[in-house]
Amino acid sequence: MSTTATSTGGRRSLWSKHKIFETNSIILIIGVLLVISVGGLVEIAPLFYLKNTIEKVEGMRPYTPLELAGRAIYVREGCYNCHSQMIRPLRDEVERYGHYSLAAESMYDKPFQWGSKRIGPDIARVGGKYSDEWHRLHMTDPRLIVPQSIMPGYPFLFRNELDTREIAAEMKANRLGGVPYSDEMITAAMVDLKAQATPDHPGQDDLAKRYPKSQARDYDGDPARITEADALIAYLQVLGTLVDFKLYDDKANIR
Amino acid sequence: MTTQDHTHASHGPEIDAHTGIATTGHEWDGIRELNTPLPRWWLGIFYATIVWSIGYWVVYPAWPLITGATKGVIGYASRIEIEKDMQDLKTLRASQAAGLGEASLEQIKADPNLFRIAMAQGKAAFGDNCVACHGVGGAGSKGFPNLNDDDWLWGGSLESIQQTLQHGVRATTDADTRVSMMPAFGKDGTLKRDEINAVANHVRELAGLPTEPKADLAKGRKLFADNCAACHGEAGKGNQELGAPNLTDAITLYGMDVASITETITNGRGGVMPAWGPRLDPTTIKSLTVYVHSLGGGQ
Repeated sequence: MSTTATSTGGRRSLWSKHKIFETNSIILIIGVLLVISVGGLVEIAPLFYLKNTIEKVEGMRPYTPLELAGRAIYVREGCYNCHSQMIRPLRDEVERYGHYSLAAESMYDKPFQWGSKRIGPDIARVGGKYSDEWHRLHMTDPRLIVPQSIMPGYPFLFRNELDTREIAAEMKANRLGGVPYSDEMITAAMVDLKAQATPDHPGQDDLAKRYPKSQARDYDGDPARITEADALIAYLQVLGTLVDFKLYDDKANIR
Repeated sequence: MTTQDHTHASHGPEIDAHTGIATTGHEWDGIRELNTPLPRWWLGIFYATIVWSIGYWVVYPAWPLITGATKGVIGYASRIEIEKDMQDLKTLRASQAAGLGEASLEQIKADPNLFRIAMAQGKAAFGDNCVACHGVGGAGSKGFPNLNDDDWLWGGSLESIQQTLQHGVRATTDADTRVSMMPAFGKDGTLKRDEINAVANHVRELAGLPTEPKADLAKGRKLFADNCAACHGEAGKGNQELGAPNLTDAITLYGMDVASITETITNGRGGVMPAWGPRLDPTTIKSLTVYVHSLGGGQ
């Protein structure tokens, strides 16, 4: 027994200093954070400074106030738990859903809604794929038109008046996060929101000027009121429609 | 035995008498921890994965630098792969569906080989894009037309179907879309409640369905001629130029009971079909046209 050479007490190398970490939880926590942050710095930080992370595209614009409100309802109802918004560069996905998703397409999403599960289909390019009436029926009770659907119904969206009190504040918060909302856009938030959900609203020309390719109409089938369904359907109908793929250069954006 | 063992080893890291393995020197209330070495096979795999990762860094895109990332020696990128995959698919389809692109719709219909290919492609595209509204078998539902019957709102010829697919119906994003709108006679105040009831009963009369005993059919006939005949025709046979449905058959999009007809006349109708031109390539639209035409009611 006495010939055992390696008693830890006798060694002075760095390797034997682990006792400091094992006996002091604060030092251990600091050590863990330092080690993990190396991974973060290497994997995440470059995405913020590398210019080629986000592709050069034509047509991307911030969400209109109504679409932004719809997006908030999308998040509130947890749609991302079953629907992804991320078409991967795989043949079967491109065949079914269209061009694979670009980073540029979610650059104004704070946070992005890529999702990680597909209990329902991907909806990155659902905009314009179905009519408003389809969305109305589908949101009321999906089984009215898709008998085998397991999606829950959201009939209350048509009853709930859209809460618009925070819309300008939400746009400001998005601006802090890097979404280029101008002062004019924020000042006109309420007018733009009403204009987009009301047929023949006089503010529609200004809306189209501020938000090119925005579509103004009565989304929920009730022109007199602006409901949560108005906002959500307006959001769904814009998904994946902004980038002009006729002008997009696939080859230049290979990385 | 245990007690004896305990007392022997109370002076720090020593060889455990039972197993012959050194202890870590830690002791908690007399319980000591064996410093069992990791199995060699495990350590071997662990070191191999580290070596593998170094090879991976060299071969594949890996490390972020100042203006870009290391590209890897084989030049792999998922966006190059998908480009290649889609090109392969195009080539494969071009060989399988040789002539589908150039052939006219009539030629496809007449040529058994082209027809077979168009039907296969049409069926797949229908599943991806059309079933959400028109149903798995194309049978439709309330507000979404049945594609299996002989009744066509905008025409059931190959050309009409292709036009509808390409530009949609009342599609806000397409300038050449098919446009018409059933007015909201009730909401706009054109017709009063009792007048609407009279017209609704006349519509049932046109379809050969029983009418309500108290209905004023003569008034309904007159109002129909004044307000409805411009689109639906004097006899209610409809007009495919305007997407006005034939009211004399039993086939209906929104229901033929008095309540449904009353709702239609009161609030109007205007179903929307998206334009598929921007979404699908011309060959797929051709195949879909042939497929839908063949579903049962093509004219």
